Amino acid sequence: MSSVIENHHDDHHHGPAKGITRWLYTTNHKDIGTLYLWFSFAMFLIGGAMAMVIRAELFSPGMQIVEPEFYNQMITLHGLIMIFGGVMPAFVGLANWLVPMMIGAPDMALPRMNNLSFWILPFAFFILLSSLFMEGGAPNFGWTFYAPLSTTYAPPSVTFFIFSVHIMGASSIMGSINVVVTIMNMRAPGVGLMKMPLFVWSWLITAYLLIAVMPVLAGAVTMMLMDIHFGTSFFNAAGGGDPVLFQHIFWFFGHPEVYIMILPAFGIVSHIIETFSRKPLFGYASMVWAMLSIAILSFVVWAHHMFTVGMPLAAEIFFMWATMLIAVPTGVKVFNWVATMFRGSITFETPMLFACAFVVLFTIGGLSGLMLAIVPADFQYHDTYFVVAHFHYVLVPGAIFSIMAAVYYWIPKWSGNMYDERLGKLHFWLSFIGVNVTFFPQHFIGLAGMPRRYPDYALQFADWNMVSSVGAFLFGFSQLLFLFIVIKTVMGGKKATDQVWEGAKGLEWTVASPAPYHTFSTPPKVD
Amino acid sequence: MNKEAKKTLIRLVVAVPLMFAFGFALVPLYNVFCEVTGINGKIFQSEHNDEFISEEGRPIALQFISTNNENMPWVFKPSEQVMEIQTGKYHSATFYVKNTTNKKMTAQAVPSVAPSNAAEHLKKLECFCFEQQELMPGEEAILPVRLLVSNQLPENIKNIILSYTIFDITDYNDEVLAHNQMDME
Repeated sequence: MSSVIENHHDDHHHGPAKGITRWLYTTNHKDIGTLYLWFSFAMFLIGGAMAMVIRAELFSPGMQIVEPEFYNQMITLHGLIMIFGGVMPAFVGLANWLVPMMIGAPDMALPRMNNLSFWILPFAFFILLSSLFMEGGAPNFGWTFYAPLSTTYAPPSVTFFIFSVHIMGASSIMGSINVVVTIMNMRAPGVGLMKMPLFVWSWLITAYLLIAVMPVLAGAVTMMLMDIHFGTSFFNAAGGGDPVLFQHIFWFFGHPEVYIMILPAFGIVSHIIETFSRKPLFGYASMVWAMLSIAILSFVVWAHHMFTVGMPLAAEIFFMWATMLIAVPTGVKVFNWVATMFRGSITFETPMLFACAFVVLFTIGGLSGLMLAIVPADFQYHDTYFVVAHFHYVLVPGAIFSIMAAVYYWIPKWSGNMYDERLGKLHFWLSFIGVNVTFFPQHFIGLAGMPRRYPDYALQFADWNMVSSVGAFLFGFSQLLFLFIVIKTVMGGKKATDQVWEGAKGLEWTVASPAPYHTFSTPPKVD
Repeated sequence: MNKEAKKTLIRLVVAVPLMFAFGFALVPLYNVFCEVTGINGKIFQSEHNDEFISEEGRPIALQFISTNNENMPWVFKPSEQVMEIQTGKYHSATFYVKNTTNKKMTAQAVPSVAPSNAAEHLKKLECFCFEQQELMPGEEAILPVRLLVSNQLPENIKNIILSYTIFDITDYNDEVLAHNQMDME
């Protein structure tokens, strides 16, 4: 009873509550943003450790350190954890921290739901990771969990996997609803839709994508659950179902999901390039329209993931052209970033280094995506390491570099301290070299025909696999340096000014550093 | 929360179950789409229809393939591997099936046609795949299929493969099966 009274008493203070309950009960967007970011960092390290196991096994041909069954569990969990535990919560964390401050709102629109959407997430991943210790092992069917591998032939732990996906989906949906309601209704007077910072725009579009496709994913795993336990035959041909249907439903979710993981990155990079080029962003309106068209096109290209299932020619041609069409708005964005840098007074602080690497390396990933869109070529590339190289180029130096850039860019505002620029640059160069040494050779071994998802390979792939593993260890261990830099910055360091960066514009740079617990309790004036 | 925000919230909260339902709606949509376009090699029972019968057919080869799903122990094979047939005429073929186990079993055959754009031109009047087969231990049977390939078959197709996969459905719930069966027809 006394705690209730104390809580009531606390309402009159402006600082955060003390102790663990601050984090458990918090409805403050900055606290929840911090929770999301630390959670995703933890997941990034766990998923990364799994990647280390994978690359250690592939260091040389033959079975080296793990059993094939365990290898399959590693590739499955690595994918699931990095996507649903690493990249997505990191972007939600950034949205929590930045969206209210960028639009001049005091907090998110639904603060209690915000708390709930974060706090169910650790349970989802606890369930998923605990399946490693169950009889039959963790899910082993790849992150795409194609039926019937994930139904008829799945380990018993698949049911836990299904429930954890349900929880992750619920968390994402609640987070997205919160973002949309906040952006649509809580902008400070004067912040019109076409005046919103691009990160806010990118998240508005991302949130709509999430609301549209996460329920479809929930539907897909529910059908799996029913097939496994309740005798239905959605995906079982013996009962009149169709396994190919699973792939259609999955990729109807899966392709928009790909853009969910890159649109916020587009927003982040636009801000950083603008700031460090000390020029206004080139082509703001075209950036918004490009993101909108990418989002809409993402709903009509899903079958390019499954060209080899035996589709009619007309469908293959349609999905090929629709996919290639996406290169147009994406190209607009890349050229806009380059045009922003053109004749700017550029300085290369760590966030800018990551942003520049993003533009170059994401474009490489985009171009290999175009190669994969070509139907006849895809029959050769399908399920090879070329695909692995492609999606890691768009996700690691794409999505993850943008998250790192965002952390370096905004951490002075969050913590009030500047990070160590020398260490930041060292982290960048180690990551940059590590990423390319890891994934560039995978293009070669993929084109040479090495299939993905096997723990062993033919001798002719040995050299490049060894190079790739060395790069992976370099990249993996340099992330511990990132952890050290973040902790060091939070603990102390040179005090940051309010504006932090010379060229920084936007409402979040008008508040003090570190950002006070409550900002914009009265809406700011925006002209 | 102001009124506008509540409106946005309600709209989004309604969208979620709608999209969840849409995921499930993809199942019948997929089947309807396959039926209308004839892609995916799925074939459906057709009514007896004189308009497809004609004297001016051309000869094509009709090949039969039989596959046993998973651990289905039955013997299942076409009586003839290849038939030379005329388009625009009804033809009959048979499959031989035998329950090699010592228990009563129920089976269901699922057809598929290659190339897939031939599927819509293959009209089945009668097929054992439209019903289930229940065989006693050691029992054998001859299963009939009666079909016609219409004259509209694209010129470049000279060879059609009709493949059947036989599934063990003994342990399946009858109601579920009956329901799925209705969906297929």
